[in-house]
Amino acid sequence: MVESRAAAVQELRARFAAGQTRPAEWRAAQLRGGLRMATEMEAEICDALHADLGKPKTEAHVHELSLIKSSCLFALKNLKKWMKPQKVPAKLMNFPSTARITPEPLGLVLVISAWNYPLLLSLDPVIGAIAAGNAVALKPSEGAPAMSSLLAELLPRFVDGTCIKVIEGGVKETTALLNQKWDKIFYTGNSRVGRVVMTAAAKHLTPAVLELGGKCPVVVDSNVDLHIAAKRIAAGKWGCNNGQACIAPDFIITTQAFAPKLLESLKKVLEKFYGKDPLLSADLSRVVNASHFGRLKGLMDEEMVSDKIVFGGQRDEQQLKIAPTIFLDVPLDSAIMKEEIFGPLLPILTVDKIHESFGLINSMAKPLAAYLFTRDSELQNQFEGAISAGGMLFNDTSIHLTNPYLPFGGVGESGTGAYHGKFSFDAFSHRKAVMNRGFAGEARARYPPYSAPKLKILKGVLEGKLGDMIQAILGFPRGK
Amino acid sequence: MGAPVAINGPIGERAITCSHSQWSTGAAEQSERVRAESMGSMVASVEEIGAAAAPQAVERRLGELRATFESGRTRPLSWRQSQLRGLLRLLADKEEEAFRALHDDLGKHRAEAYRDEVGVLTKSANAALREIGKWAAPEKASSTHYLVTLQRILFVRLAHQLLLEPNSAVSWMGAQVWVPLVAFPASAQVVPEPLGVVLIFSCWNFPLGLSLEPLIGAIAAGNAVALKPSELAPATARFLEENIGEYLDATAVKVIQGGPAVGEQLMEHRWDKVLFTGCPRVARVVMAAAVKHLTPVALELGGKCPCIFDAVAGRRNLQTSVNRVIFAKWSSCAGQACIAIDYVLVEERFAPTLIKLLKSTLKRFIADSDQMARIVNGRHFQRLSNLLKDPAVAASILHGGGLDAKNLSIEPTILLNPPLDSAIMTEEIFGPLLPIITVKKIEDSIAFVRARPKPLAVYAFTDSAPLKRRIVEETSSGSVTFNDAVVQFGVDTLPFGGVGQSGFGQYHGKYSFEMFSHKKAVLRRGFLVEAMLRYPPWDEQKIAMMRHLFRYDYVRFIFTFLGLRR
Repeated sequence: MVESRAAAVQELRARFAAGQTRPAEWRAAQLRGGLRMATEMEAEICDALHADLGKPKTEAHVHELSLIKSSCLFALKNLKKWMKPQKVPAKLMNFPSTARITPEPLGLVLVISAWNYPLLLSLDPVIGAIAAGNAVALKPSEGAPAMSSLLAELLPRFVDGTCIKVIEGGVKETTALLNQKWDKIFYTGNSRVGRVVMTAAAKHLTPAVLELGGKCPVVVDSNVDLHIAAKRIAAGKWGCNNGQACIAPDFIITTQAFAPKLLESLKKVLEKFYGKDPLLSADLSRVVNASHFGRLKGLMDEEMVSDKIVFGGQRDEQQLKIAPTIFLDVPLDSAIMKEEIFGPLLPILTVDKIHESFGLINSMAKPLAAYLFTRDSELQNQFEGAISAGGMLFNDTSIHLTNPYLPFGGVGESGTGAYHGKFSFDAFSHRKAVMNRGFAGEARARYPPYSAPKLKILKGVLEGKLGDMIQAILGFPRGK
Repeated sequence: MGAPVAINGPIGERAITCSHSQWSTGAAEQSERVRAESMGSMVASVEEIGAAAAPQAVERRLGELRATFESGRTRPLSWRQSQLRGLLRLLADKEEEAFRALHDDLGKHRAEAYRDEVGVLTKSANAALREIGKWAAPEKASSTHYLVTLQRILFVRLAHQLLLEPNSAVSWMGAQVWVPLVAFPASAQVVPEPLGVVLIFSCWNFPLGLSLEPLIGAIAAGNAVALKPSELAPATARFLEENIGEYLDATAVKVIQGGPAVGEQLMEHRWDKVLFTGCPRVARVVMAAAVKHLTPVALELGGKCPCIFDAVAGRRNLQTSVNRVIFAKWSSCAGQACIAIDYVLVEERFAPTLIKLLKSTLKRFIADSDQMARIVNGRHFQRLSNLLKDPAVAASILHGGGLDAKNLSIEPTILLNPPLDSAIMTEEIFGPLLPIITVKKIEDSIAFVRARPKPLAVYAFTDSAPLKRRIVEETSSGSVTFNDAVVQFGVDTLPFGGVGQSGFGQYHGKYSFEMFSHKKAVLRRGFLVEAMLRYPPWDEQKIAMMRHLFRYDYVRFIFTFLGLRR
């Protein structure tokens, strides 16, 4: 096993060195393969997602399959444009010369994905890595075993298995993989493992992209269309893998006066979405495994929190199901307000004035996403200026990640590096600076032996004075 | 302590040529820390290497930086502009002092000091001042995209029934993301925002340039900055500390002097970005320390930058090429530059011509030691002379080789074909020694370069377009420059930074601004259009509609939507 893994990595390196992954045709063929896989294997993929997470078929389509398809299409459409060297103005200082930035593949990249969106978070970065012309090793999460083995089985059938490999395994295998030398590591998951990844990366000076999470706040002003806001919050929280998403709303901040109305509306929406007994609803994902169930149970049962439940609270340990649960005014030092919830629990915090939410958010680690519902554009601008977050979305939740023109990634504790669309291509490319000079215009002033007239011309050139530039190009000062 | 670590280290590791070389938990460092602590709140003496500000004083100053950033003081464009202006004033007012400091630290001639440091900085600060409005403006991320796509989908799709065939023309498919339909209408922007409090570790070889060039980016991006200059260039470090507080906002930009212990202490703190310029070994320490707070790092390292010297046609062009090689080897801090030419690759038959020209030009350019910088300190002098001590290497010396330990000066030295496994060909030279390696055909040099760690720069002097193309496509490096060397550093439109062993993260010009900014994705939506399709409970009609959308079958979608069919 160890040998086969080392051999796999070795083969990847050899293929990359041989230039197999570089031609645009190869890249396009792989992207088309991915597209075909997502289309032809829909049923198998939906089954795996159901097995791992009880994910409703619709969610499987909307959040995973469709996004993979559109990522492939977007990359296919733009591939030529992305690969093209970009001409940049060369400075007069170096006349005559031309300059361009040529994207080149980094080499061998490792993608470590997460269990909550086991297809999307595996293939979306891989699409970028392929488009950029890299050889890729994908380590799907062992937390979603059905998808992991499905990917290992399917990918070689649809893409070039010599340059794109799936390596399955848990902590031990991941550690072994991290000990290898990579040209980039792309990790999606939590900040604890993120630190392990970064430590391993430091050993080989490998750049790493870390897609982590954080407590994404939702601030709700009182002037909103209440029903729509409630629906959008509910769709972002429970309609995204039952809260097990890195950009799912983690908690709500609203004014004391508005909280009851919002709560009523959320209750109504939730009842409409998931029926009287949400545990029976087929439209809710389950909790991924027993250890996460235990963690969430712990959050709910903490003494200072358990009496704050105002809606939901039902759970079924056997089936790993927890109903959408809303808390009102939990203390800030409770565990549920300290760690990322990553599940169907939603605390609502209240403030006197909506502006107080800014300080509250800023007192926590920078989140991956920050949401604000308001009709007040002034408040939107203030929020934009005052809050630092990976992404920011006004009057909706989660959907900003579907826009391929927006970079998706964190800042601070929510991670480093961004991807999606062209940003994915950039994440896996090196921007090589290429400068081409002619032999004319030899500026003598550059060279020793140094003299006062030479210094004068140099000063002029660097300060952008045309006269001195011309003198330099003509080779002044004459003589020695 | 002074042992040539590189011998044990991996290929290409610039083992000693770094500013924080003692930065490991050893006894020496322990005692240094004790010494630093025992100094209490006394003002640090920066005369001796490794002298440090007292830890408590450092803590206090870092706290002040954080408070300044939190207060929002560094965010307005006007603040950033005033800092850049302050920097320009500093460079203009204190030019003589800067020249003197650079001469004290490295024996740099004032012309070299201006050309490589003060002048380049003036140019960069001016450019930043001119461009900052553009850089800081939010970027509209195609929001009309939705409309265009919508139209395209509706008009094109009505005529076509698209099946996903592997070879179907993808180009006209457009960015057919059905989700944007759901997210319509919306406006999307990418808003650059300052990262917060950033730390810049600079290096001793261009102690002013490598400190202030990134500083320009950091303040242009609206950050509070701690700058830790290299203790191996103490005069410049002192110059920076004395003047930056006076010309720049002292609450937001601080110079923190000290050696490895201070570096280590700094890395205990939370930063929002760390830029390190130096050697791979210390870079590993910095990156490992950054893990604690998940701080993003950028590493500007070095590597052995090759120069592929093809038979350039024409005497004049040949002479120009040789001039530029000399410029890029000996005239850039005596080869102590991360983008200096490390070695030359040349065809066997052409080597004699090149060597003859190099020798004669050297005689004209660098007649005495005044015209070249000196070696930074005794340790590096020792390291370089050790490189020459290997008998096989000593036998390959063609020109120069003179050592002046008293003045820390080494004569420009040319070596022909030293053994490839000798230290001079496995570690970064970082000094005025130039090995010339001959190859049978110039194309062979590509394999030679590929067999070694990725350098920060590849240079080639050639008229041949196919060779140029092959070099760009087949070798990997931070940058490639044809028919010149080192000058790419001054071109703001090009990103500067390494790849692989030569580091990661790029700066200069707009890239400096980006290095110290977070690109925040901002999407704005209204409450106007609301697609019920998004929400559970899922029923067969919704699934059917989505199915049509996935198949780009908008005719059926609309029919289903209107309830006319299932």
